Amino acid sequence: MDRRTFLKGLVGGVVVTWPGLLVPRSLRAGELPIGAVESAVRAALSGKKPLIKRTYRPPNFETPVRAFSGVITPNDQFFVRWHLAHIPQVAAETWRLEVGGDSVEHPFELTLDQLKRDFEPVELFAVCQCAGNRRGFSEPHVPGVQWGAGAMGNARWKGARLKDVLARAGLKSDALEIVFDGADYGAIDETPDFVKSLPLWKALDENTLVAYEMNGEALPHWNGFPVRLVVPGWSGTYWVKQLTSISAMPKPETGFWMSRAYRIPKDKFPHIERFLSQEGEDNTPITDMVVNSLMTNIEEGQRLHAGKPVTVKGLAWDGGHGIRTVEVSVNGGRTWRDAQLEQDYGRFSFRAWHHTFTPRRGGKSVLMARATNRQGSTQVYELIFNPAGYHNNVVQRINMVVA
Amino acid sequence: MKMLNTLLPALVAVFSTSAFAGEAQIELKEGAGRDTVMANCVMCHSIDYIQMNSLFMKRTDWQATVDKMVNVMGAPISQDDISVILDYLTTYYGVE
Ligand code: HEC
Repeated sequence: MDRRTFLKGLVGGVVVTWPGLLVPRSLRAGELPIGAVESAVRAALSGKKPLIKRTYRPPNFETPVRAFSGVITPNDQFFVRWHLAHIPQVAAETWRLEVGGDSVEHPFELTLDQLKRDFEPVELFAVCQCAGNRRGFSEPHVPGVQWGAGAMGNARWKGARLKDVLARAGLKSDALEIVFDGADYGAIDETPDFVKSLPLWKALDENTLVAYEMNGEALPHWNGFPVRLVVPGWSGTYWVKQLTSISAMPKPETGFWMSRAYRIPKDKFPHIERFLSQEGEDNTPITDMVVNSLMTNIEEGQRLHAGKPVTVKGLAWDGGHGIRTVEVSVNGGRTWRDAQLEQDYGRFSFRAWHHTFTPRRGGKSVLMARATNRQGSTQVYELIFNPAGYHNNVVQRINMVVA
Repeated sequence: MKMLNTLLPALVAVFSTSAFAGEAQIELKEGAGRDTVMANCVMCHSIDYIQMNSLFMKRTDWQATVDKMVNVMGAPISQDDISVILDYLTTYYGVE
């Protein structure tokens, strides 16, 4: 973005959008496009607190960074992401889940009560992060929903294991992918329906759930009531909302949202899990999330008093290996100290951390945090550019003013 | 899930009574071609998709986006309208 355009949106160090919306300029791997800043407003969907509106229809609403003060993201502040504008109000009593496909022995249908009653309930904490989280910071900018850092959330999900549901249908030996469809649909039939698939091994993972509860409550409508898929470790695109059908298939799913969308260049992210039946010549589906962190209580340009201890707080997460360390630098990366990791809610959850330091006058007071997972992967300093703006885990830099 | 949607007026009624009502406040910049954009680009989503994706797209980028709307999403837009739309988007929501 050219500097002049950017400055138009700046008043006193914060980006001013509509009254009441101050976006901390804390993620410095680029800035949101000016049009994204200007078109954002705080707005509340039914049943939700005001969130950062990116688009009204379909609704794409982002969680403000301040809502990440705890390890659980409250349901009424959990981000909302839809591709297609028709999102029916689904009634629990009439909802049915079809389980079938060419690679099952006995297709069947489930009611919500049956799903809850007939299968052992499992509960786990897991991060749901949109593949495009932080896309708005991509340099150069790329088209798509211009998310800041809040297209993610962590919840305690409860549901049946997908593998138990599939077992009842009896998988044939030729099953290759499990295909998922939800109740949402586009304005015209020509628009590709939002259909996603998982490789068999991920579908059969004991942590992959057909979930009907989020943080002890029914799912909010905007987060997929009554039932959504929960695919711990993998990006939100697979977490199909308002789930209506599960099909085991012997062939790769070819719809637009698998074959052309949600893809990353093959050679740029060597550590991620592979989805072999969907790999192309030079691109491959996004799968597990890269290790990342977010500082949640200090804003760009925040004034701190020299000699007075300050605690920086944040979250760290990855694609399911679990967080090994978070290090904090208060001098722009010259030296690093281990942050204190807080309670472990499991390898798919946000891991809260904090670090107390005493700001000193003089020198560069740039706050940075860097998470490393148990696989040894860590965050990057330079964006690994890709055309859809995925996997942005650039180390955050926050300039502090020490007085 | 696929369903038959034939009644556009019915959709408008849905939006005005739903959570999407806020979209009525959105206004694209005044200029030649705005009506054509409004006629062709609101069927499937609100026009904040256009605002949000500015100011960084060149004409060729807008061209690629509009082509995607037509070829992938099935937007029924005439060739004549496409050039008017591209002129408008490049002038008001694009960069050189
Ligand atoms: C037939 C339906 C349809 C029509 C008509 C349509 N779009 Fe889209 N558009 C979509 C869908 C579906 C998406 C994806 C939305 C999402 O994933 O959030 C999209 C996304 C976009 C995006 C985001 C970038 C991207 O590539 O996903 C932009 C910008 C956009 N549309 C602009 C336009 C413009 C300009 C017009 C009018 C020329 C238009 N659209 C008309 C269906 C349509």
